[in-house]
Amino acid sequence: MERIPILKMNEFLLVSIQVDMHDRLAMTLQDDLTDRIVRDRARGVLIDISSLEIVDSFIGRMIGNIAAMSRVLDAETVVVGMRPAVAITLVELGLALPGVRTSLNVDKGMELLRSSLARGGNGHRDAGR
Amino acid sequence: MPDDETLPVRSSNDIVVVRQVVRMRAVEIGFNLVEQTKIVTAASELARNTIDHGGGGSARLQSLRNGGRAGLRLTFEDKGPGIPDIELALKDGYTTGGGLGLGLSGARRLSNEFEIQSRPGEGTRVTITRWK
Amino acid sequence: MAIRGRSRLSDVVSKHEAAILTDWIKEQLAAVKAADRIGEAELRTECARFLTLLKVALRSDGSHDVSSAAWSETRELLGELSRSRARAGYSPSETAAFVLSLKRPLFDRLRGEIGGDADALADEVWQTTLVLDRLALFTTELHQKSRDEIILRQQQDMLELSTPVVQLWESILALPLIGTLDSARTQVVMENLLQRIVETGASIAIIDITGVPTVDTLVAQHLLKTVAAARLMGADCIISGIRPQIAQTIVHLGVELSSVITKATLADAFVIALQRTGATIGRATKA
Repeated sequence: MERIPILKMNEFLLVSIQVDMHDRLAMTLQDDLTDRIVRDRARGVLIDISSLEIVDSFIGRMIGNIAAMSRVLDAETVVVGMRPAVAITLVELGLALPGVRTSLNVDKGMELLRSSLARGGNGHRDAGR
Repeated sequence: MPDDETLPVRSSNDIVVVRQVVRMRAVEIGFNLVEQTKIVTAASELARNTIDHGGGGSARLQSLRNGGRAGLRLTFEDKGPGIPDIELALKDGYTTGGGLGLGLSGARRLSNEFEIQSRPGEGTRVTITRWK
Repeated sequence: MAIRGRSRLSDVVSKHEAAILTDWIKEQLAAVKAADRIGEAELRTECARFLTLLKVALRSDGSHDVSSAAWSETRELLGELSRSRARAGYSPSETAAFVLSLKRPLFDRLRGEIGGDADALADEVWQTTLVLDRLALFTTELHQKSRDEIILRQQQDMLELSTPVVQLWESILALPLIGTLDSARTQVVMENLLQRIVETGASIAIIDITGVPTVDTLVAQHLLKTVAAARLMGADCIISGIRPQIAQTIVHLGVELSSVITKATLADAFVIALQRTGATIGRATKA
């Protein structure tokens, strides 16, 4: 069965979503990621969606779930690299991804996670304040 | 590519195929990137509805040329239980499938024309059109 | 009555081509002062070409159906002419006059040739009128189309010219909006801004609306959607330069702006943006 690879980078996990995900793959990712957060004692998760050409409400919900579950497991989630057309469409769709933090690219996302860890708390930027 | 074709919508993989074919059609018609993304996202929402609520069905894709205007019309049809209260189903956040309840209302916002026909026990047909 | 289908017009044109040309050009120079904008030499070339094509078309097509294949070269010439005149600022009637002013020279020659037979003359005049009117309408339509294309292109040019996204500092973009915002323009401007955010990696964008006279609900919604979209991408927006009237409008319209950072001036917004990106500014003390 195909899986989306999860990379470990120091205390963070990096997931780069490259494919047009079908629903089962998305559910598997959710399971794998929560497992890895616990196993690797990860403090943050970066979800790179710069390759995704669309995000529909299903994927949006999955991202929201991952963020919420990570928070329970004491890890921050940052979604990075959302394309402008995808962002415009999500807003029109009515999906603001509340509680999900965002960054322009992996580097900036990493920076955000680090500064948030250093402050020892939740950062200030939520996607859907 | 034909101007009028019908694809099956039965499995999660079919949703991916519908998205890809809608994208190709949208590019062919000359939609810009944002327009493409909107119609593909709407198609994804409606295809998932067809499976989750209608027990599977079909998606019809029609490329339209109306005088100087070009557009894409998508019709999703199922023989499922139907929707008893369409007004309610179109409300943001209303869901029976455990989702976010943005499928129908979201698809409507992402298209220029939206039409829904549903009879309890007979099935549902949703048609959306987006013009260039 | 003349025999239907084979008019004598083409014979008349062939026989008196040079004279008709001279009369026709005289007619045009007098009527529309074409010489103001177009050289007489150029006009002569165009007229001569048209007469030649007209002659050929009339000979091969007795039905005078100007949309048929026999007239394709004539239509092409008129198309070129209409487009170039539309660009040069001619009015539709000035453009159509090119064809219509040919009537008198043609009628004159027809009268000279078959003036004795009133029925035949009336018939020929009628046929000639039909052909020229149709060709004139054709030029008018093309003229209109060319004008529409010009207007569309200018609108697009203006859209691009009027919405520059400028980089103020590392990671800080500004979009100074000037003029009336309609829904279509706002949409293009906003897509452009989001694209520039990706390209430059800017974390803050200042949308300055000092130069915007009014904001309606739709435009306010677009602004908010842009702020929301930028946030999803990982960038913050600040809206600056909200004038008192616009502030009132926004409140009256019930648009929820509380989730957006707003500042009175671009300068205030810039200071906030610098702080957010970790930069500090201050006056250097004199040594």
